[in-house]
Amino acid sequence: MSALLTPPAASGSLIGQRIPKMDAPDKASGRTRYIHDIDLPGQLHAAILRSSRVHARILRIDTTAARALPGVHAVLTAADVPDQQPIGVAKDHLPLKRDRVRSVRDEIAAVAAETEAIARQALTLIEVEYEDLPVLADARDALAPGAPLIHPEPHGADPAKPGLKPGMPIAFAGKPDNIAMRFDYTHGDVAQGEAESDVVVEDSFSLHYVTHCCMGVSGVIAEFDARGNLLLYSNTQVPFLHKREFAEIFRMDPGRIRIIQPPIGGGFGSKLDIYPFEIISVYLARATGRPVKLLFNREEEFLASPTRQPVLLTLRSGCKRDGTLTFRSVRTLHDNGAYTSWGATTPFVMMQTFSSLYRVPHCDYHTLAVYTNNPYAGSFRGYGNLQATFAVEAHMDQMAEAIGMDPLAFRQKNAQLQGEVSGQGMVFRSCGFQDCLTSAAERSDFAHRHAEYAAQRNAPGAIKKGIGIASMLHVGGGAKIYPSDGCGTILKLDDFGHVTLITGASEIGQGSETVLSQLVCEELGLPMSAVTVVNNDTDITPWDVGVHASRTTFIAGNSAIGAARKARDKIFAAAAPRFDCAADDLALRDGHIVRRASGEPLIEIARFLRSLHFSDRAELVMTTFYYEPPSVHQDKGFKGDVSAAYAWAAQVVEVEVDTDTGVVRMLKVTGAHDVGRVLNRLGIEGQIEGGIVMGQGYALTENLLVENGNIRNPNFRDYKLVTAPEIPEMDIAFIESMDGEGPQGAKGVGEAPAICIAAATANAIYNATGVRITSLPFTPERVYRALHGVLPPVPPVPPIVERPA
Amino acid sequence: MSLKHEIRFRLNGVEQRTSVDVGLSALQLLRDVIGLPGTKYGCGEGECGACTILVDGASVNACLLFAVDCGGRELTTIEGLAGDPRAQALRQAFVAHGAVQCGFCTPGMVVQATHLLAVEPKPDAASAKRAIEGNLCRCTGYQKIVDAIVDAGARLADTTAGDKQ
Repeated sequence: MSALLTPPAASGSLIGQRIPKMDAPDKASGRTRYIHDIDLPGQLHAAILRSSRVHARILRIDTTAARALPGVHAVLTAADVPDQQPIGVAKDHLPLKRDRVRSVRDEIAAVAAETEAIARQALTLIEVEYEDLPVLADARDALAPGAPLIHPEPHGADPAKPGLKPGMPIAFAGKPDNIAMRFDYTHGDVAQGEAESDVVVEDSFSLHYVTHCCMGVSGVIAEFDARGNLLLYSNTQVPFLHKREFAEIFRMDPGRIRIIQPPIGGGFGSKLDIYPFEIISVYLARATGRPVKLLFNREEEFLASPTRQPVLLTLRSGCKRDGTLTFRSVRTLHDNGAYTSWGATTPFVMMQTFSSLYRVPHCDYHTLAVYTNNPYAGSFRGYGNLQATFAVEAHMDQMAEAIGMDPLAFRQKNAQLQGEVSGQGMVFRSCGFQDCLTSAAERSDFAHRHAEYAAQRNAPGAIKKGIGIASMLHVGGGAKIYPSDGCGTILKLDDFGHVTLITGASEIGQGSETVLSQLVCEELGLPMSAVTVVNNDTDITPWDVGVHASRTTFIAGNSAIGAARKARDKIFAAAAPRFDCAADDLALRDGHIVRRASGEPLIEIARFLRSLHFSDRAELVMTTFYYEPPSVHQDKGFKGDVSAAYAWAAQVVEVEVDTDTGVVRMLKVTGAHDVGRVLNRLGIEGQIEGGIVMGQGYALTENLLVENGNIRNPNFRDYKLVTAPEIPEMDIAFIESMDGEGPQGAKGVGEAPAICIAAATANAIYNATGVRITSLPFTPERVYRALHGVLPPVPPVPPIVERPA
Repeated sequence: MSLKHEIRFRLNGVEQRTSVDVGLSALQLLRDVIGLPGTKYGCGEGECGACTILVDGASVNACLLFAVDCGGRELTTIEGLAGDPRAQALRQAFVAHGAVQCGFCTPGMVVQATHLLAVEPKPDAASAKRAIEGNLCRCTGYQKIVDAIVDAGARLADTTAGDKQ
């Protein structure tokens, strides 16, 4: 259990301490200025008219009355912007729809006016005539003969106009079928694995729609200056990718686009794609010559934000009587919605869980993402892993029971170990998985309670208790998806020993600026108060791929450390001759240059920096560093060591099920997380607690109701987030596996805590009641129906024919 | 055509007189007319608590209160609590306990918790949870907010007890 021991902290070390977030005092005083709080002089307010139909042809749009309304500066429809270009992950999405709407969120027209009230009033004056088309509302019908086609014809810009880059498509080609994307993965030989199995189980799982519900609604401010440079105040999580995409869409030199990110009121993956409202605001700014601000209201946030990817999944798994896993075979059907965003690419992450969480000698995985007229799915904390883990961990319990093995022992037998290479080619250089399982089970008294609750299943009384365990694997050292997975840092040390840390990494509330400052101070022997962070302006900050894939602490952290070490080396090189010693004999401690061996202070860092500056060989200490993780791109078969480190966790959920009402209460969550090393204890606890409760919402209460393409509950009254009185007791253990590549040994943790909760809850409900539920969420109605045998079974995913070679 | 109404009220200790549209909410009055952005718009329907303010000492969702109904009342926003000892203790505790992540719900949480400490000076965790059940937070999982409120109450109670000795 050596991995459980906390490494000894150097005296005065900041690592592992409880460091308050640098932005917290302003936030707790109401002083933080989010995008909603920013107004530019001369600014106009925008609003968007969305479709009132799910699938229809647009026959006529009349904006005459809206244009005539006093205070209206511009009304735009697709006809007013002939140079529109499709946007998004598959470039299948025109910001303003030209002749067809494909979902209720679809943007038809936009207004810029003196006030938001006038803009919204103008929307009511726009007349749209539609011709309804047949609605495709169920992904299972998407490939049926005669199914409505969602993108049958090409759409996009005037083909006569060239794209920014030679050969770049400016129009979407259209799709003769409704297939948006497909993924096929194989290692080993599933047929052989099945032949070797003593037990084979197959089930189908249905994972529902949920959405991010950031407390700050979406918004943007767009402004052109007199030279035609574009300034965007944006909530994006990917400023540098955004800048490039805006440049392509507007055929601009990317150097003339500046993105400023005000503090962001929640991200969770929702701000990884580019959205029509952002493009439309730029059109309006271009049309009016004024700054244009657009904010969603909450209903719009529900209607027009991306969702978590809904998944229909059929899993077939096998094992031997001794508990060795033999194979896993997976088919999933993803409802893409009307357009393609990141949700369609969640198979990248899902297949990792099927292929590599446990040792599985044979695995295949096939996904189709199909167009429908439903809302489209984006990226959301966990990125497909909640869905995959829900299925895998149900089967782990079912197979353990089938062979009469304890569910913990069954997992321990198959859990990956340090040094192993998974079938998908992931190399587990640090791996605390076994310790996670042991720690979570011991702390929660899992073995004893699991047996006891199962034994009490048929005892009198409506209230049953249950306990369930689930595990997860997620990238913890970035994910090499783009040409670079790196992050740049610029460090400026001034004459007063103050450090300006300029980082490409975005702060979305997760605490990156604090942890990055901590890492720099640790290297430079300075207090946290010596650092100012600049992290939100693409004209200043160096490149970063964005806040996603739990990567910021790892990637931006290594980048910050690299810049700090260069600054330190520069100081030592200049100081060594002055103090008549070698650079290696020096150290930085408590704001001083000291002798490494004795700790004897030689000079204050600030004073030394001044003496460097005001000398005849005047010099400032400023450094840059770009960190690129030693990960690789996956090959065409999705194999490869895609992350520089992998994070592991086991979580145990204890529930109480009221069998009279179907109400499930989450009593306690015990989590053991391999985080590499704890950097900021306060921050990491917050990430994990928040993730657990987000997982609780996914498991129990949250459900975006989509019926025939319409969203039935676009408000917090009917879309139920977890509230304070409902949270479980949370007990969190940190497994410090000290990753060799991680900053001070740390690995990413942002997404991990949300991933296992629904899976462990399903296992706990089974432990309490003996009933296995394979669809989410566990609302009272669903649980009650399941307990009484009247919950319709989840239909299997239709066979997916492999792509011809 | 919109109907306007003149109202007088006290905001954060300062007398105000303004003419407001009858359809205007107190939240719009604070943010858009007066220009105090600490009170947040989260839903506009009284479901999220991001716009919590104090009206004559009671905590209220500003989005559900008409501006015209503020006439003759005493309004306190997060900005007006700058010197309030309860709010001060809460702010310190929120920072120290890591109760702030994106921070968008935080002003509403602090105002709501200030009201709690006024009516129940030393709340336990269950009271704190009940008090903020109308305030949604998507980041923290609430535990650290609850810890902060309980701790602020305990510290204030200790200080008060100390003063009396």
